[in-house]
Amino acid sequence: MSRNAANVTVNVHHITRVEGHGNIRINIKDGRLEECKLEIVESPRFFEAMLKGRPYHEAHHISCRICGICSVGHTCASLQASEAALEVTPTEQTTRLRKICLHGETLQSHVLHAYYLAAPDFFGVGSVLPLAASHLPVVQRALRLKKLANDLCAVVAGRHVHPVSMAVGGFTNVPDLRRLKETQQRLIAAREDFRETVELFKSVRDQIPAFDRPTEYISLTRDDEYAFLNGDILSSDAGRVPVSEYLKMTNEHIVPHSSAKHARVKRDSFMVGALARFNNNHAQLRPEAKQAAAELGLQAPCHNAYMITVAQVVECLHCLEDAIELIDEVLRRGVRREPIEVTPRAGRGIGATEVPRGALYHDYTFNAQGLIEQANCIIPTGQNLANIELDMRTLVPQVLDKSPEEITLLSEMLVRAYDPCISCSAHFLKVEFVE
Amino acid sequence: MAKPKVAFFDFSCCEGCQLTVSNCEDELLDLVSHIDIVNFREIMTERSDDYDIAFIEGSCTREEEVARLQKIRENARIVVALGACATIGGINCLKNFHNLDEVRQMVYGDKSHYFPTWETRPIDQVIQVDFHLHGCPIDRGEFLRAVKALLTGQIPTLPNYPVCVECRLKENVCLYTQGKTCLGPIARAGCGAICPEFGDSCVACRGMVDQPNIPYMIEVLHEHGLTYEEARQTTRMFLGYKTFQEQIQQADIPSPTES
Repeated sequence: MSRNAANVTVNVHHITRVEGHGNIRINIKDGRLEECKLEIVESPRFFEAMLKGRPYHEAHHISCRICGICSVGHTCASLQASEAALEVTPTEQTTRLRKICLHGETLQSHVLHAYYLAAPDFFGVGSVLPLAASHLPVVQRALRLKKLANDLCAVVAGRHVHPVSMAVGGFTNVPDLRRLKETQQRLIAAREDFRETVELFKSVRDQIPAFDRPTEYISLTRDDEYAFLNGDILSSDAGRVPVSEYLKMTNEHIVPHSSAKHARVKRDSFMVGALARFNNNHAQLRPEAKQAAAELGLQAPCHNAYMITVAQVVECLHCLEDAIELIDEVLRRGVRREPIEVTPRAGRGIGATEVPRGALYHDYTFNAQGLIEQANCIIPTGQNLANIELDMRTLVPQVLDKSPEEITLLSEMLVRAYDPCISCSAHFLKVEFVE
Repeated sequence: MAKPKVAFFDFSCCEGCQLTVSNCEDELLDLVSHIDIVNFREIMTERSDDYDIAFIEGSCTREEEVARLQKIRENARIVVALGACATIGGINCLKNFHNLDEVRQMVYGDKSHYFPTWETRPIDQVIQVDFHLHGCPIDRGEFLRAVKALLTGQIPTLPNYPVCVECRLKENVCLYTQGKTCLGPIARAGCGAICPEFGDSCVACRGMVDQPNIPYMIEVLHEHGLTYEEARQTTRMFLGYKTFQEQIQQADIPSPTES
């Protein structure tokens, strides 16, 4: 990092407190922004190739290993893709249990991001660890909430990281109702902790930088609820389309030399994730979440990417209440072991799920034996990358009067706000090429 | 006595094992009172090259990663491979069954020349590893036990019995009696048989026991409805690295045409 007069160079090698490896490069010469990049240096893993030739019953187990943090979401998108291709309709019980498990993952990921990854910036420390000395109750609360969210996934699917019992067509095991009830009681007790979480973010609210750059917001949407598990695709600019048209609403079908020029539907880039979901679907949030949004000053449409973390906190309150109600329904109806019947057949299917960082698509083509012939996975961070860069290009010229350290911090906080999951997205095409 | 300095590094992986470390919620504060975490990019900004124990998650899949691994080996007193990608190559090895040029083409099209990739290798194929902590993901309890052992100057021991043993201890109903198949008889235990417990087949994400009876395993899979080719294919999901596949190929079993 150097600065003389109007020349500033920022090089952040391997941004910390994000999932995966990325670098920020900013170069300002004579007061003009010459270069502003988020480089993805993660090792590509070639999942589409790894899936080729594998049987349908392995697909979700392989593709959930794209990402440890969103493995339930990858599993859900993968299963729905396979089920669409193999013409299997999951039962209501299966759908309900998947929703509960996915809420567990969203809660755990949002808590991890809000407390471990984003909050240290507001306290001026490098990680959550020093906060254990200065703010022990806050750290204990974060640990408690994260554990609860993990346990919720575990009671439904065996564990959070790479869930076990979710399968094409249903579950290989049904949850123990006594444990489910205990977990629900802990969720009810956790209302207090989530209220405290809202209070915490209220207390740091004025440290969230002001920023305003309207963009296109894309999320799944449903008529009956705030969409997570599945739905149609909604763009704030382009309207609503079925999931079958996902290629129109993403950008990987174009082979770019520069991410900024190609990540678009209606504009130069678009946003997915908690803030996009909030902007598109806020009217369907549960009252507790709406109340939190009002208290935290989050109003749709919000064009400040730094507010993504706040949108995550708001979604936590929604997921919490929704999970409690869904478990009520499971307890009321009881669970039964449902036979899983799948007959391999040739076909193509697309599954879409809202994972913590945004809309995720899996697209599989099977042969008659039920082996994957072709696979395509489009991951939220890949979709957000161009938007992050355009945000940085807007931000940096506005803050040139600040010190290089402050410019670096503001840029890092911006990237971090998107909660990027780079190891997830490391197979995608939108990488900035230097030729 | 100064607290041992511990570092976490990741290569080709999903970071699910580091997440599992961060999921030790009940023990985390206690843990950090006994060790100094000096490198853990996923959750902290600070970094240092001064460390005693290095945990490495992920496989080696790129040329430039070799130097990075060698550097870690030079710096660390103890190197622990963390999770299946690091210990056995894990699902990253599925790539190795395809022509690597085609793999790159398949994913990156005409831009594939920007993305060199090597055959996936477990970490001990690149540098010396002192301890393997298996699993996809690792088991939280096993991680904590291993750390305790390392802190008291011991090298932890690995279970060298199959997952079937843990299944019996848990009184799980054998999947073979439910019309399913499972690699439990040859798979290294340590996971508490979590997959069979939740009704799903063991895929040997911890590798194999030291002396697996592979011909018998393949015969059992065949008896339960898989062709010999399908039986071999089943082992590829986690046992894809060539040393395992050579072992499996060398087992005295009929060729695919006899299925």
